[in-house]
Amino acid sequence: MQLWRYLYCAIPSLLLLPFAPSAHAQDWVRTGSNLGVEKIRMAAADFKPNSPDPQTPVLKTTFDNTLYNDLANAGIFDMVAKALAPAVTPAAPAEVNLAQWSAAPANAAMLALGSLAVQGGRINVSGYLIDVKEAGAPAIVGKQYGEVATQDNARLIAHKFADEIILRLGGGVNGIAETKIYYVSSRSGVKEIWAMDYDGQGEHAITHLGEVSLSPHVSPDNSRVAFASLGRTGWTIRMYSLVLGRMVSFPSPGGTTISPAWSADGAHIAFSSDRSGDPEIWVSDANGGGAHRVTTFRGPDVSPCWNPKSNSQLAWVSGRTGLPQIYTMEADGANVQRLTDGGYATSPSWSPNGQFLVFAWDRKYGPGAPGNQDIYVMDIASKRWVQLTHDAGRNDFPSWAPDGRHIVFERQTGRQLEIWSMLADGTQQHALTHDGNNTMPGWSWK
Amino acid sequence: MNSLPVRTWNFRRRAASCLAVLAIAAIAGCGKKHAPPPPPPPPPAETGAAPTATIAATPDNINPGDKVILTWKTTDATDVSIDGIGAVPSSGTQTVSPTQTTDYHLVARGLGGSTDASAHVTVAGASTTGDLSGETVDDATFHSNVTDIFYDYDSYDINPQSQTVVSKDAAFLASHPKLKIVIGGYCDARGSTEYNLALGENRANAAKQALISAGVSPDRIRTVSYGKEKQFCTEANEQCYQQNRRAGFSVDR
Repeated sequence: MQLWRYLYCAIPSLLLLPFAPSAHAQDWVRTGSNLGVEKIRMAAADFKPNSPDPQTPVLKTTFDNTLYNDLANAGIFDMVAKALAPAVTPAAPAEVNLAQWSAAPANAAMLALGSLAVQGGRINVSGYLIDVKEAGAPAIVGKQYGEVATQDNARLIAHKFADEIILRLGGGVNGIAETKIYYVSSRSGVKEIWAMDYDGQGEHAITHLGEVSLSPHVSPDNSRVAFASLGRTGWTIRMYSLVLGRMVSFPSPGGTTISPAWSADGAHIAFSSDRSGDPEIWVSDANGGGAHRVTTFRGPDVSPCWNPKSNSQLAWVSGRTGLPQIYTMEADGANVQRLTDGGYATSPSWSPNGQFLVFAWDRKYGPGAPGNQDIYVMDIASKRWVQLTHDAGRNDFPSWAPDGRHIVFERQTGRQLEIWSMLADGTQQHALTHDGNNTMPGWSWK
Repeated sequence: MNSLPVRTWNFRRRAASCLAVLAIAAIAGCGKKHAPPPPPPPPPAETGAAPTATIAATPDNINPGDKVILTWKTTDATDVSIDGIGAVPSSGTQTVSPTQTTDYHLVARGLGGSTDASAHVTVAGASTTGDLSGETVDDATFHSNVTDIFYDYDSYDINPQSQTVVSKDAAFLASHPKLKIVIGGYCDARGSTEYNLALGENRANAAKQALISAGVSPDRIRTVSYGKEKQFCTEANEQCYQQNRRAGFSVDR
């Protein structure tokens, strides 16, 4: 078997089919698998416990579950259910009975396996990936990991091993199992900035300001989180250093200043400020210097995001014609293009490959027209779009994962607001948070 | 794809034509659910039926500086007044921001006699009314003279009704030249958080510009957008949405 057959052209193949001509708002048509390529049939064997330490079983359970979920979440594998997998725990490729895995009911093409030991307070994992259809071939991945023995590190090692497999089989695109999601949670009573792993584990508060904080966006190097906060004098952009573990100064312009967005090179921040008397899009250096206004449209201009491919274009939301619409422009304000043709469109996020925008859209917004707010993806060049969420709550603030295959967003069901994740074709939707109200998720860049 | 701009235009047109309805609806207010059930339909006025009156304050337990919505309703009354606020319409709502625990006492007089009702607002850790930027204007007086401005759906334009309110507000401010104010821009619960913060700023700025045009000095006015972060009313109906689409005035301390 040759790996190139599985190279995964993530976004184009995920989205091309639904971009058929004359797509209508409420159509919900699925054709075929929605994929240009077949998904790889992947099995993950439970790892072999290789130590008498009493911590071993509990850490191994965490590791096994995390690895399986990471591979299932990746969106490029057809996973062999644990119930269909042979009840064996091979520690190394030499111990694998290939026929046992390649035959029905498992029918696996690939197998992840290995061993886990806890020794002297450290967790040591050996992980392998083998092609079960090709006897005698060398392992595709062979990795060893060692960390202090904690639950968090059992999950971290599983994430690292999963990302190694996904990188190898996923067309050279880095996995997202080690990425973070920054969001707003009001579970302490005030909206503060929180962070969690990409799978919803390890939720923790970043800020404890006691004032309403919104729109967290982490810098591309994961060193700082920019967000907007309502202080005594109004809204300013604030900056939290993840390296120093404290707030650092950021010279926010006067007036209501909100919705910061990092350029992909980390050199610039775009934001909305009404310093000029009307909310406009501004751009400054990453340290807040050199702030200058980019738009001059009467009415709200807010929620900028950069084209991460070029760092020279911005998409944003403008109310210059009434209800908010999505626009793009060059970072100097030239070449303004309107993308949405009506309704109420907000919260754009640019795909990592620069080709698509994901945003929230209520195509029938207005009094007496109780349309629903759903997540849409638009191909910027053709302005063709596809609807990703249907008939499930009010959806807003989509944010693209760095692999281009995943989107995180907020969903309001009744009065409950939670953070959800899905593949970029709208499948595999699942809630990441379950406690309190959680909103405005932003995916880290790596 | 559909030509939604046309549809959007229709919405706005419809919103405009419904304005009168909205204005009436706003009177009902969002404290409605806390009020006792409405009395039975009144008999014709010439029989001189005894007036009825209810008043409610939402919320009724606040911190100093927070806003309270008073909602009252009377029947068969020709003359309605609330202590500290003065003469008011027979039914209506008003935002107040008491700095100390206050009883809002409403008296309704009609051909059939008079009745009264009161709503109690408890202010946590309240002290006596302070000196407001050199002016001895208490919050009740301020709010009875400087009325909030309400906006149409997805709009930050000052509509003709509000223009009258602006003139009254400006007149009060002109007679209290040392008073500084904050204008809060508010939006209803629909729509997106970030966009509503920008829209709220536009609403606060529009109110500020209207006051400036009416002769108030710009350095007496500060604006803050609350978007949909601080709602006056949390029900999902048009009365409630209208309550939340406002520029709210308060004394800048």
